[in-house]
Amino acid sequence: MEISREVLLDMYTRMVKIRKFEERVAELFAQGKVLGFVHLYIGEEAVAVGVCENLKEEDYITSTHRGHGHLIAKGGDLKYMMAELFGKETGYCKGKGGSMHIADATKGILGANGIVGGGFPIAAGAALSAKMRGTDQVAVCFFGDGASNQATFHEALNIASIWKLPVVFVCENNLYGISMRQDRHQAIKDIADRAVGYGIPGVTVDGNDVLAVYEVAKEAINRARNGAGPTLVECKTYRYRGHFEGDPTVYRPKEEVEEWLAKDPILRLTRYILDNDIASEKELKDIEAKIIEEVEEAVKFAEESPYPKEEAAVEDVYTDIVEEVRVR
Amino acid sequence: MRIMTYAEALREALRNEMKRDPRVFLLGEDIGVFGGTFGVTKGLLEEFGEDRVRDTPISETAITGVAIGAAATGMRPVAELMFMDFVTVAMDQLVNQAAKMRYMFGGKITIPMVLRMPAGAGIQAAAQHSQSLEAWFTHVPGLKVVYPSTPKDALGLLISAIRDDNPVVFVEHKVLYSMKGEVPDTNEPIPLGVADVKREGEDVTIVATGLMVHKALKAAEELAKEGIEAEVIDPRTLFPLDKETIYSSLKKTHRIVIVTEEVKRGSWAGELAAMIAEEMFDYLDAQIVRVCALNTPIPFTTVLENVVIPNEVDIIKAVKSIV
Ligand SMILES: Cc1ncc(C[n+]2csc(CCOP(=O)(O)OP(=O)(O)O)c2C)c(N)n1
Ligand SMILES: [Mg+2]
Repeated sequence: MEISREVLLDMYTRMVKIRKFEERVAELFAQGKVLGFVHLYIGEEAVAVGVCENLKEEDYITSTHRGHGHLIAKGGDLKYMMAELFGKETGYCKGKGGSMHIADATKGILGANGIVGGGFPIAAGAALSAKMRGTDQVAVCFFGDGASNQATFHEALNIASIWKLPVVFVCENNLYGISMRQDRHQAIKDIADRAVGYGIPGVTVDGNDVLAVYEVAKEAINRARNGAGPTLVECKTYRYRGHFEGDPTVYRPKEEVEEWLAKDPILRLTRYILDNDIASEKELKDIEAKIIEEVEEAVKFAEESPYPKEEAAVEDVYTDIVEEVRVR
Repeated sequence: MRIMTYAEALREALRNEMKRDPRVFLLGEDIGVFGGTFGVTKGLLEEFGEDRVRDTPISETAITGVAIGAAATGMRPVAELMFMDFVTVAMDQLVNQAAKMRYMFGGKITIPMVLRMPAGAGIQAAAQHSQSLEAWFTHVPGLKVVYPSTPKDALGLLISAIRDDNPVVFVEHKVLYSMKGEVPDTNEPIPLGVADVKREGEDVTIVATGLMVHKALKAAEELAKEGIEAEVIDPRTLFPLDKETIYSSLKKTHRIVIVTEEVKRGSWAGELAAMIAEEMFDYLDAQIVRVCALNTPIPFTTVLENVVIPNEVDIIKAVKSIV
């Protein structure tokens, strides 16, 4: 299938946006400006972008601890994301959530998640709701190879398959759950094989090839939208950085890291665009320059924003009850 | 005396018991190659091998349940959950299975297992990585609940927990892992159910757990400057509880402040307050005061986290409200 110039450049833009945002977050974390646990998405951009390019704004995603890429791909605003990472009042979660809990209900982003495996049933539930409300919305559940060993994976795939829910389970198989290489944490090579156990299609795709991810995701999302039920899509990819910022990554061989660096998803798309005369080098440079500007604006916004007031700590627990605050 | 961090002391206890008893083995996420998220098990894989230091998939239900099954059949597993918050994933195995098997089976089985888990806030880890859920476990008959606050206690209590024939929930505070302290030269167990008086005083009793023990001790130093002498007691095990030590202190001071990092509503601190109200009412010269976390999830950003979690100022204020 021909992918239009517009879609290609849009995917390029989003992938570069994720890369630049994450690189800046790494610096800001090292400077102590970004707080808490931070898990970066660098190297895996093709997955989130190739999938989300097929989604409408009203479609849903559930994300993970490694969520920045999903949020950006689904249209999250860099300013509010950065402010949240700084713990500022203007952040997506008013400083209450941080990196692991960013959400934007207006864009169908049902949250990053601090619990590995937390998103599976929630995505199925959003899909159930879409079905019951009679909309054509679809839910996408992003998750890691490690997460596929949680009970929630199996329970959610099963319930989604018997109810033919409009949900797509997208595995980012980056070969590791923290230090656990895939061949140590499960006895199969292709996680997509697990689809067999639930009577749904399972597809494995090169997760560093955004065009391939785009095609596979398109089919799965169309299936879901057309009432044919869930699909399990496995994208083989790799994270460039440590599991979290500060992880010395002693458990990965150097050669393996280098091998994957050579398969960089952004480089590959860049080459494709240039080789096929879809855009000029200058056009791509201009896109990149604009993104760098946008990231810097987000940093400035975050830096200039205030921290929340102490009273905010007791708000938002309930819709109708404000808990007692501490007076010091 | 030796100087060790809290994490090193825990490791020393694990090593001690693994050397002593071939039935003791470890399992948990990233405890082997990675050495544990907080470094507690560093080096143990190299020392004891893959059979006894088992890296597991991300499967808290299986980690806990496998430990139960192994414990029921002749092994003595020590399982690690990466954060206390993840015990939520394993609650059936812990609460319905581990805690009740012996009773349901008419006392015909023992479950000698330890489930270690880091609790507490203070590192901007937010709502799903910062909780203090110890009251969930003291509420469940069949479980013992241990919570050391110093390297010395961590070492001695973990040894006892591993030698105990019951399922033990072993709570560790993540901020304490790097704390250094004196540890005796020999690896001696500290019996479960024995409190420790961390500071003596006559004017008020402060019972505190985990990181709050240290905040209470700091508060006590401040109060001493104003002539108020606080007795600080660390129960060290939340169940079985050493009521004797707390009650005899109360007979001397007639006033008590209970300090924990738990959400106040439904807390272990509330249980202790109720016990005192029932059993020691005549000795009290003032109301019982609890200093706990606010009734909210733990927020991410530092300013909010600081207001939710109690500090020295709150403890001083609480003491002054009754002294
Ligand atoms: C229930 C639960 N268990 C353990 C963790 C700790 N943890 C956070 S991320 C992670 C590894 C996840 O691996 P994977 O699903 O492959 O995602 P990746 O980090 O590789 O993107 C672990 C063990 C957690 N957050 N939640
Ligand atoms: Mg992974």
